Amino acid sequence: MSDQAYLSLEKLTLAYGDSVAVADLDLDIRRGELIALLGPSGCGKTTTMRAIAGLLPVRSGHVRLDGADITHVSPNKRAVGLVFQSYALFPHLSVYENVAFGLRLKGLRGTELDAKVQSGIKSVGLSSFANRRPAELSGGQQQRVALARSMVMEPKVLLLDEPLSNLDARLRLEMRTELQRVQKETGVTMIFVTHDQAEALALADRIVVMKRGAIEQIGSPQDIYNRPQSSFVADFVGFENVFALEGGKLKAAGSLFELQGEAPSAAGLAWRPRMVSLGTGPFRGTVRGTSFAGDHREYLLDTPLGLIKAEVEASQPVHDLGTELAFDLPAHKAVPLSQFS
Amino acid sequence: MMPNSLGRNLFIPLTLFLVIAFLIGPFLIIVAASFSAGDTLAFPPQGFSLRWIAKVFTVESFRASFGMSLFLAIGGTAAALVLGIPASYALSRYKLPGAEVIRTVVSAPIIVPGIIVGLALLRYIVVPFGVGISLALFLAHTALVLPYAVRVVSASLDNLRSDIEEAAVLLGSSRTGAFFRVVLPNIRGGILSAFILGFVTSFNQVPVSLFLSGPGVRTLPIDMIAYMEIVFDPSVAALSALLAFLSIGIVFAAERFLGFSRYV
Repeated sequence: MSDQAYLSLEKLTLAYGDSVAVADLDLDIRRGELIALLGPSGCGKTTTMRAIAGLLPVRSGHVRLDGADITHVSPNKRAVGLVFQSYALFPHLSVYENVAFGLRLKGLRGTELDAKVQSGIKSVGLSSFANRRPAELSGGQQQRVALARSMVMEPKVLLLDEPLSNLDARLRLEMRTELQRVQKETGVTMIFVTHDQAEALALADRIVVMKRGAIEQIGSPQDIYNRPQSSFVADFVGFENVFALEGGKLKAAGSLFELQGEAPSAAGLAWRPRMVSLGTGPFRGTVRGTSFAGDHREYLLDTPLGLIKAEVEASQPVHDLGTELAFDLPAHKAVPLSQFS
Repeated sequence: MMPNSLGRNLFIPLTLFLVIAFLIGPFLIIVAASFSAGDTLAFPPQGFSLRWIAKVFTVESFRASFGMSLFLAIGGTAAALVLGIPASYALSRYKLPGAEVIRTVVSAPIIVPGIIVGLALLRYIVVPFGVGISLALFLAHTALVLPYAVRVVSASLDNLRSDIEEAAVLLGSSRTGAFFRVVLPNIRGGILSAFILGFVTSFNQVPVSLFLSGPGVRTLPIDMIAYMEIVFDPSVAALSALLAFLSIGIVFAAERFLGFSRYV
């Protein structure tokens, strides 16, 4: 455990019955960090989050928070907040009473209670909705109530389960800003779970990419986006052309291909579609598909290496379907992968 | 073609009319008969009077058996809910081994004919253990209402997301506290509906009560049968009409205020 760690998971193993969902997971999170747990469904991110909240018993390992081992502390005594994906508001209570729920259990009464509840509701901009029932609010408003309900408890860690996935595009941006504001103003440590790399990149200080119950890579959004270490992460953050490397040659479709320029020594190489040069190069492919995407045009090429995705600026001349094109996978642009699976 | 298509056009309305007449007819006949001025139960009624309705309230045994029925309907249903709510909760929230078996066993009193339930209780509980008649009736009615209680409460629990309990716990509530604070208030409608359904079921119950009625301890329906064997005047019709209106009133109020039909 590093000196800076505020929340740390040590050799955490979590299981449902006989099936292990997370194995030997180690993770240190600093105070005030905004962390994204990113991965496809079934990677163990939600399971990990539930274990931090104490909703799922730990099979082995430890959870430490603010210097105390909370592995076996019951969830109602952890000071960990959770904003559920479904918001989980109490349907029989007004917005006001939803926000007051935890404070009342803490023993707050009278003006002290009222002041905290009012400021909680105000901070998410719902003052005029205090007497509404959850069913009378939009999804975005319900989520803000859920956020206020957790935040008035002044949790040490705030967990958010897929906080943006149920919202439409405009509300997403609004909520993203809202979360960043809350985090900045309160300095609360936040961990959110998402399967959407764009969400993670936009919001997080650090991203933890998970795969099959283990951490695949931890890094800043820039690291994850620009320097994925494994083929899994590369694939996940939009490197469409990922190949294994064998003796300095690309291994694709069962054959080896020589690259122009010196290949870095790595287990694999990855190129985003826009890193592929079209028109010149040692490889040839046939245009199988093309689509216009605003500022650029996407091509799908049928090649001896398999399908290659390439992107060029939209101002370039259009290549018709069936056209044979030369292309290159430039070695100097490739991102080296230390793990290929 | 004309007669044929006319026949087809009449078929559905006619069937509908007959079915409704068959369902409501007996009730209308009983109501009409209870206003009769004659001395025997007859339809069409002879004249009009309220004397049989007034007489209902003067028959001593009706009062006693009404009290008994009321006690069984309220007490038995309350007991069934005390057992049924936790059972429904466990069945809906936990993956219990043999949950389906438990559901079936709980429903058994509906499936097994009442005559057999009554006979079995009399032969194997009341007689060998000397259980009092009132207690036996209470236990029997509790068991009979339990399936309805479990079914109706389960339906409203299944409509309630379980993550609100986790939310309550993370806000500082204990598990038990979460049940009382956020589960119970949200299934109130289901519980009241179960209570009303159980009440009506218990109140109208005949076959089981028939076996378990003894000297001085009778439910109202059993008392009515006994009364009719001796006296064949329209007061039984009057009582039936009153009870029917009571039931209709309760169910109507429940639908109006609780949306009863959502749960049943």
